[in-house]
Amino acid sequence: MSRRSLVLAVPIIALLLWIVAFPNVAVIAGSLEGGGVHWLEFLRSPSDREALWTSLWISVASVIASTAIGLPLAFLLQRADFPGRKVLSAVATLPAALPPLVGVIAFLFLYGESGAVTRATQSLLGMDHAPWALSGPWAIVFVHAYTMYVYVYLFVSAALENFDTSLDEAARGLGHGPVRRFVRITLPLLTPALAGGALLVFMSSLGSFSAPYVFGGGLRVLSTQIINSKLNDAMGVAFVETTVLALSAVAGLLLLRWIEGRRQYTLTSKGRAIRVPIRSRGAKITAIVLSSIVVTVLVLPHAMVLLTAFAVDGAWTTQVLPPEYTLDNFRRLFTDRQLFPPIRNTVVMSVIATAANVVICFVIGYLTVLRKFTGRKLLEILAVLPWTIPPTAIAIGLASTFDAFDLSRGKVLLVGTFWILPLAYFIRGLPLVTSAVQSSLRQMDPSVEDAARGLGASWWLTMKRVVIPAAKPGLIAGAVLAGITAVGEFVATVLLFTLSNRTISVEVLQQLRSQAFGTASAYSVLLILMIFVLTLTARWLQGRADRTVTVS
Amino acid sequence: MTALETDGPASLTLDRLTRRFAGQVAVQELSLEIHAGELLALVGASGSGKTTTLRMVAGYESPDSGVIRLDGRDITALPPERRGFGMVFQHYALFPHLSVMENVGFGLEARGVGGAERQRRALAALESVGLGAKATRQVQALSGGEQQRVAMARAMVIQPRVLLLDEPLSNLDPTLREEMRTELRATLQGAHVTALFVTHDQEDAFAIADRVALLEHGVLLQHGTPEQLYDRPASRAVAEFIGRGVLVPAEDRGTHGRITLGGVSQDVSVSRAGGEAMLPKALAVLRPESLDIGAGETGWPGRITARRFAGAVMAYTVDIGGVPVEVLTPSRVGAVGDQVRVTVQRSPVALVSA
Repeated sequence: MSRRSLVLAVPIIALLLWIVAFPNVAVIAGSLEGGGVHWLEFLRSPSDREALWTSLWISVASVIASTAIGLPLAFLLQRADFPGRKVLSAVATLPAALPPLVGVIAFLFLYGESGAVTRATQSLLGMDHAPWALSGPWAIVFVHAYTMYVYVYLFVSAALENFDTSLDEAARGLGHGPVRRFVRITLPLLTPALAGGALLVFMSSLGSFSAPYVFGGGLRVLSTQIINSKLNDAMGVAFVETTVLALSAVAGLLLLRWIEGRRQYTLTSKGRAIRVPIRSRGAKITAIVLSSIVVTVLVLPHAMVLLTAFAVDGAWTTQVLPPEYTLDNFRRLFTDRQLFPPIRNTVVMSVIATAANVVICFVIGYLTVLRKFTGRKLLEILAVLPWTIPPTAIAIGLASTFDAFDLSRGKVLLVGTFWILPLAYFIRGLPLVTSAVQSSLRQMDPSVEDAARGLGASWWLTMKRVVIPAAKPGLIAGAVLAGITAVGEFVATVLLFTLSNRTISVEVLQQLRSQAFGTASAYSVLLILMIFVLTLTARWLQGRADRTVTVS
Repeated sequence: MTALETDGPASLTLDRLTRRFAGQVAVQELSLEIHAGELLALVGASGSGKTTTLRMVAGYESPDSGVIRLDGRDITALPPERRGFGMVFQHYALFPHLSVMENVGFGLEARGVGGAERQRRALAALESVGLGAKATRQVQALSGGEQQRVAMARAMVIQPRVLLLDEPLSNLDPTLREEMRTELRATLQGAHVTALFVTHDQEDAFAIADRVALLEHGVLLQHGTPEQLYDRPASRAVAEFIGRGVLVPAEDRGTHGRITLGGVSQDVSVSRAGGEAMLPKALAVLRPESLDIGAGETGWPGRITARRFAGAVMAYTVDIGGVPVEVLTPSRVGAVGDQVRVTVQRSPVALVSA
């Protein structure tokens, strides 16, 4: 092992052991304090058992619902050509661009008891009460399916793009009809992609907080239970609940990874992409009508938030749409001394966390992909660990570890300070940026680095001219993902924020509570804009990176 | 299952097939007759339309115009699953999630052949390609040559009347490839099947096929036995594609041709694909093995610019008046830089129109 690898690896492993592993150990240790009384309490509590069960089945239902939307949509857009396909595929990933809490309030404004769609339906049908109540477990599954089907859609689309179509042709030539070909050939080969997408949906649903919090209607799930326990200062039980939540996530991860791995095949060749054009007139009209409906449904949440952002606070009561509009909400966000700090906090803390992610994750990627040393595996595990732990659990871990200044117990005081949130965002960004950097570096031929050194380039010159450019696409993509996660972060934030570092998401919830729908929406629009700008910047940077590669 | 299942190999007729992709012509007015039990190779460079033709025969592409007939019956509109043809794909298209045996039995499954019988027939097919012992393996655990055989067994077990092969040997390394050529020809002949196969490698085509059809830019240039294409190319393009050799201007004098190189003329007997009609502007196809190098006073004068050891023979490149001519000769006659004379050792020499 080279001394340089060691000099880089040791401090990073130590840092990750401290901020990633240690808090989890602390949570587990905390749950065991008092010789298991908290576990007994958890097991005896009907509401905790109900919360565990509800969390699990809602997550499974969300997986099923997301697959039911994402799988056919991916097939339709990858395999068929019809009028409206381009528009539909352009908006198909739109729900992913909504931060969790924003998606939830958009649904509230659309389909909630006083939502626009609800009121419109009510007056259309001449009913004297709302035709439905967006409340309870099915409301949560509905919101999850809308925001999370994108994972399944993206995974399956990518798999279909790489699908060796000659396999389908071979089955066809051997005499099998379309249904059997789908069941016997296509579906088994899509299993890894489906499992990958399902895994993301399952993890996100399990950790989801805003949807159960807003639409639960008193329903208990683990993430809300944890917050309740913490608010009631029952930390022992909160630790047990956190541990159970994290264990459920890990169990789901292992199960789906097992399914994914068992069915992983390398396809030797790429077939040509075939999009079958829909020709018949009737089918074309059906396609236009259906895709228009789907596009509307997908665009509606964004449109609704945008519209409400111009609504006068408190004016929208029983009308279908807000009755009065103003530009004042946006003006106030930037001038009001109460309203502006959350914007500044969100930007500053996200920038700090993402910048730290870029530096640290680049080094982790470099060490784990291009260097060999004892502890490489440990470093890799530590970097992806936060991905398997729901954000609520991360927050509880941080809250219980960095709550005092006591170096003998490995503690520094961060709770109640500004720094606790950038730390939480940094931890959530770790696996995103690391895996993006790793996949970029894996595409680089390792002998290129040796070749540069062999030509007499110094270590630093090799880094600057060979390794960093190779890592660049992953760094950009990972940084944007981490940035998007950080600006919209809500679950960990709501557990850790203080008045001085409250973020946009926290403020959205505050404004919502005081019926200031206009202000809440204006904040939300700002979040969407930030995400939009980040995405555009990434595209621009990627484009520049691509050009440099072609030129050199 | 298929409406076409009767015993024995079938004849296949391609009648003026045309296929365009986004306005570009891939195959143009292609007509070809493949006799029952014949092995025909479609040869051409990439982009010549050979794979498109094969896919139209298989049913994966529909021709924009033209008709495909099987034993005289129009099958142009029949989908692939009802044609009952066997196909070996370029990258074999073995189902990675099924075992070797399940792959081979997959076509029988579609024909409603039940469990035990299906296993028996799949195993027999595997044994016939020497892979009986690997029936339970996963296909990804097989070597390239073994995968090729599984693909063959899978296509043959359904007893197709027509077998289609897309570059069947292109994924094999050179030594294995030579071996598989002989084996493939023997298998195809033994199976009493009409076979159409696509290759860019004329050596594959010559070694396996009874007849060869040469395509360029979607147009059929010539078809015939390998000897016909080699000895009597129908055009300059055929002569340039098939075999090695150099094309030099010649004077067609009916019974013979006069070839003048380096200021010296030699009269040689000639052959033409078109028969006896004289060519007003002719090119002679000088094949390396029909030339020889002598030290005497007859023949074209030239200077050896390169020599290459090729086992049984030596390959010389001789510069004759600025034209590099390749000569294969069993004797070792000189070194690079030597002045030599090149004579025509074997005739007739093929003439094509310039």
